[in-house]
Amino acid sequence: MKLRANLVIGGALFALAIVVGLLAPWLAHTDPVMDANLMNAEEPPSWTWWFGTDAQGRDIYSRVLYGARVSLTVGIVSQLINSVIGVALGLSAGYFGGWWDDVVNALTNLMLAIPSLIFALAIMAVLGPGLTSLLIALGLTNWSFTCRLARASALSLRSQGYVQAATVLGYGDIRIMITQLLPNMLGPIVVIGTLGMGSAVLSEAALSFLGLGVRPPFPSWGSMLSEAREQITTAPWLSIFPGLAIFLTVLGLNLLGDGLRDILDPQSRSRRT
Amino acid sequence: MTGSPLLEVEDLRIDLDDGARRVAAAEGISFRIDGGETFGLVGESGCGKSITALALIGLLRPPLSIAGGVIRFQGQEIQHLSAARQRQLRGNRIAMIFQEPMTALNPVSPVGRQIAEMFVLHKGKSWREANQLAVEALASVRVPAPERRVKDYPHQLSGGMRQRVMIAIALACGPDLLIADEPTTALDVTVQAEIIELMRNLCAERGTAILMISHDLGLVANVCRRVAVMYAGRIVEERGSADIFRVPSHPYTQGLVDSLPRLGSRAALGRTRLKEIAGVVPAITRFPDGCRFNPRCAQATDICRTTAPQTDGLEAGGFVRCHHHA
Repeated sequence: MKLRANLVIGGALFALAIVVGLLAPWLAHTDPVMDANLMNAEEPPSWTWWFGTDAQGRDIYSRVLYGARVSLTVGIVSQLINSVIGVALGLSAGYFGGWWDDVVNALTNLMLAIPSLIFALAIMAVLGPGLTSLLIALGLTNWSFTCRLARASALSLRSQGYVQAATVLGYGDIRIMITQLLPNMLGPIVVIGTLGMGSAVLSEAALSFLGLGVRPPFPSWGSMLSEAREQITTAPWLSIFPGLAIFLTVLGLNLLGDGLRDILDPQSRSRRT
Repeated sequence: MTGSPLLEVEDLRIDLDDGARRVAAAEGISFRIDGGETFGLVGESGCGKSITALALIGLLRPPLSIAGGVIRFQGQEIQHLSAARQRQLRGNRIAMIFQEPMTALNPVSPVGRQIAEMFVLHKGKSWREANQLAVEALASVRVPAPERRVKDYPHQLSGGMRQRVMIAIALACGPDLLIADEPTTALDVTVQAEIIELMRNLCAERGTAILMISHDLGLVANVCRRVAVMYAGRIVEERGSADIFRVPSHPYTQGLVDSLPRLGSRAALGRTRLKEIAGVVPAITRFPDGCRFNPRCAQATDICRTTAPQTDGLEAGGFVRCHHHA
């Protein structure tokens, strides 16, 4: 049962983050942006202000709830873009080989050589801050591991009997890749994708912290941390709660990824039974 | 049984090019298969029978390539067809089943879907129709409870069942030619007999010709009307399958027939040792000059070591490639 624990806890944390983000308008006590009231500035956590208030008197609890929307959108969407790019490049490179494989390999090595956050920073600098540029920047910079994995899987699957049988039965290249190769490599791709979502949430926080993410006053966990930096000694709740939200979401995604790996990897499955 | 020629192979040569050298892995391969006929290609491992089959369906990949000759299918030369046209033939007009039923099915896809895919791919059916046809196809290979079995994954089926599924996939589009490359080698003997019987009956019903490739002369002679024996990249003898046992003409075929354990007359002679063919098949880069069988042949003379024999027609039909045939 130990193997299932990470799956359950991770899944629950991730589901909680999604529910909170979706239901933010109903769960929040105040509007995260408009309900600023200097009369309530920098209130510590209390029964009225669960997570306290910031310098403008905005409710941190409500802002953390709305912040989930940005963090999760960025985490999920940018990782989906990464997975699609990585699988498309890696799968085709492993299947076709030849010059295309060389090109994809060179591109992957290039991506791995440049720290992805620096690359994302450069893209953000060109596109300007905002949610869309955040999605593009993070979606284009973290596909190299998925690509490596898809290529390696395609290489080993290509020599399987059923792939050769499909060729003999008149399947075209695209059909072979989609019906024969892709379903057989999906397990590890999903695991890497889940883990990647966690790091995308962190990258969003980092970029927003640097002022390149979502424009204030709309809240994201990263930008809330950034704003809270100066008051960390006088009003620590400003950084504690968004930090905790990031921590729990990323922890949940990593546990989920580990758990999925345990049930999707046939070898660990056979060990258990 | 016989009709117009379905498949004609003339003087086919397949080269192996390892970058440094080009050697002929198979040469002078000529045979013809009529519509609905059963034809066997027999030989030891590495004699070139499997690459001949791959050449027929256009799936030779470097370092192997067709270096000469003509492959005519239904009167049309197919060796230079575009990849897309060849793909339309494969699985549709020419189907193939493999040695390994364990690995030839996609493990993550239900078998019914894998059969249905053929109808979608080659016949342009909708998935609804195709799924219905898949149940019928599974019923035709005598899988019990086909409407439930279509949902099974390959690992839920036994080896024999999987080979039945492979046959259902191969025959789904009603091909004119079925290439069976060692179709039963991985199965045990009783299942082997069932599968062969099934394959033969289905093909006879539908008028599908069979090209059966095997190292098992007995099996091939049992299934096929005519048999070609290959040795070291050449066809050395081609005969009606009854004749090949009764009066084998080429010394290699004689050796093969003599090395088969048999009930009856030979056993009655006493506890004689099974005969063997001395020596081993030469490596592809070290084929001897002249007749390629000469180093292992008891009847070899000087001419065998210098001049490659041409094919000699036999009275009863067929031919033999030997300087000394009776």
